[in-house]
Amino acid sequence: MCGIAGILNIDNQLNSSEKIVSRMITMLHHRGPDESGLYIDNNICLGHARLSILGLETGTQPISNQSETLWIIYNGEVFNYIELKEELVQKGYSFKTDTDTEVVLALYEEYGVDCLEKLNGQFAIAIWDTRNKELFLARDRVGIRPLFYTHQNGKFSFASEIKSIFSDPEISRSIDPEALSQIFTFWTTITPKTSFKGILELPPGHFMTVSKKGVSDPKAYWTIPSVSPEERWQGTFDEAKDEIKELLTDAVRLRLRADVPVGAYLSGGLDSSILTGLIANKFNNHLRTFSLSFQECNFDESSYQNEMVHHLKTEHSEVRVSNQHVKDNFSQVIWQCEKPLLRTGPVPLFSLSKLVRESQFKVVLTGEGADEIFGGYNIFKEAKLRKFWARQPDSKWRPLLVERLYPYIFKNPSRARIFLQKFFSVNSEDLTDPYFSHQVRWRNSGKNKNFFSLELQSKLTKYDPYKSLAQRLPKSFSTQDFFSKAQFLEMDIFLSNYLLSSQGDRVGMGNSIELRVPFLDHRVIEFAAKLPAHWKIKGLNEKYILKEAFKGLVPESIRNRPKQPYRAPIKESFLTDDEDSFVQNLLSEDAIEKAGYFDAKKVSFLRKKFTKESKQAVNEVQNMALIGILSTQLLHQQFIEDFKPEEIKLAVPDKVIRRR
Amino acid sequence: MSDVKNIIKTFIIENYLFGDDEGLEESTSFLDEGIVDSTGILELIEFISEEFSITVEDEELIPENLDSINNVTAFIGRKTA
Repeated sequence: MCGIAGILNIDNQLNSSEKIVSRMITMLHHRGPDESGLYIDNNICLGHARLSILGLETGTQPISNQSETLWIIYNGEVFNYIELKEELVQKGYSFKTDTDTEVVLALYEEYGVDCLEKLNGQFAIAIWDTRNKELFLARDRVGIRPLFYTHQNGKFSFASEIKSIFSDPEISRSIDPEALSQIFTFWTTITPKTSFKGILELPPGHFMTVSKKGVSDPKAYWTIPSVSPEERWQGTFDEAKDEIKELLTDAVRLRLRADVPVGAYLSGGLDSSILTGLIANKFNNHLRTFSLSFQECNFDESSYQNEMVHHLKTEHSEVRVSNQHVKDNFSQVIWQCEKPLLRTGPVPLFSLSKLVRESQFKVVLTGEGADEIFGGYNIFKEAKLRKFWARQPDSKWRPLLVERLYPYIFKNPSRARIFLQKFFSVNSEDLTDPYFSHQVRWRNSGKNKNFFSLELQSKLTKYDPYKSLAQRLPKSFSTQDFFSKAQFLEMDIFLSNYLLSSQGDRVGMGNSIELRVPFLDHRVIEFAAKLPAHWKIKGLNEKYILKEAFKGLVPESIRNRPKQPYRAPIKESFLTDDEDSFVQNLLSEDAIEKAGYFDAKKVSFLRKKFTKESKQAVNEVQNMALIGILSTQLLHQQFIEDFKPEEIKLAVPDKVIRRR
Repeated sequence: MSDVKNIIKTFIIENYLFGDDEGLEESTSFLDEGIVDSTGILELIEFISEEFSITVEDEELIPENLDSINNVTAFIGRKTA
């Protein structure tokens, strides 16, 4: 895994680009601490920071093709490179290195853009064609690896992280009000927007080019599957189970390819238990595993983790996350994530990747993605129940099903049953809402826009985040059933922009750890999309087909346990009346007014709720308000106020190629 | 405005609206306007129980008693009468 960066100026000669790209590489050091390299010609400067995983000795980048007309910098892995390489060797290609990087470049030389369809992996690619002076950028299907860009003052800059782009003092830096509106509704930005004005992300599954003709609009080479009735799975349930087993086993096999040892995360849930079970049984019986446990027992799953450890006899380590720990690491995590957060889940995962690093590992497999593609989330079940309820809105017992779904919310149902039911209640109008499944969540999150300052609100009077979302939806969206719609929204918004980013790449790479996600092998996604919804959620039993497929591999207690959403503490960690706390400073009336995003008076009322003395309950929406405001304040401090591009040290590259 | 009503109103504004009372009428439904959710209702019950030394029974947890400033005020009036 690595970091990439570059600056391109087609019409004019680049002047200080080498210095700037050296700084850009410095800002990506955590992504690639092992080596770095530069390529410079009259138009472009490419930089690379390398975390060596394949072809350890020979893989220093940038790498060229035989004729040195194409140069590549690359962040990621293409897991089927061995098979692809054979194909190319038969076509007469020869290779200087043992890397997947060189294979990707040769594939591009042979097939052009179409090469992307052949790649099974997680990547962000930049290829410079010196003949026609064209830069080609591409990103993996679901957005496991990041790639950002901006086009300002005739210069095109791109990098794996935004902080790298910002190390050019000529790039303007400001938080985008529209991004805040999106985050305070959907929990994250909507692709291609980022937290910062003018900085875009290349959408997952897209590629683009930059040349004399200008900056092309990103084009999709893959989209989240939308399956027509004819394309649906025709086989039996048992055949589908076998197919899942085969595909996932192969996805794991490919993701164990590395010239360094590969470990695995263990959450105690079904998905990571299946993965570790597969690895330990089929590929590696000396598996190394890592997990999180929590001081707050509401969040802790260590009993299930320990059960898996004993079952598989893995060599295991865990980080115990205290409430204080979440607070102490929060600031660093915002620096990694580069966006406001509404939840604290990324913090423990940052500490987990640190543990992996300290254990001398660079690569781990994780269970992300299974909930999206096999229907694991409560939000899918909630939508199913509410739809069922809406058909008989006056039913006395239908709403009681919601209580079964959220036992932790309905701890004392008789006390506030009527009010809780009202919260989840539906009417026939709701059913025609294209966002039916997510509307309860989004309406609630959206309440926190009340904390926006008048100044921020005035910049948003004409902006509707739902319009940005509507622009993202494929034509087929409106014809899909409610479950497929919910799945699409979850994958398009939350998976790539939050789970794989804030809880994935960014907190992994923050400690130079590469995460690999077998459930997001495109073959697994495409197959799961063909299966009927009731095989995924049977009644209220989530991920049913997955549980059935891996019966025997995973202990029954884990296979049948209730799903616990991964969460981390908020109020327990962030008391606003702690002495000398950054929380207190950032949320002070002065600091709030100075940054200008929020209403200082409202924030002061919120702050009162988060004090030791406060007897008042804090609800989820208020928890999200506190974290959203605090993280926006931090982002402002780190990237707008205190960011000093001129003070960033220049990287000392191991390899420099000059062609000017 | 009665003292009870004032106390309830201040509590609602400071705790659920964070000081912003725009659009809040004495008859505004907390539920329909999304001002108070289920956690909030429990919090409100706790608050009025303590503040006015009353016990709220399970069967009294209905919108007619709790779903607006007017309803809560009237409910407390009946309980303390």
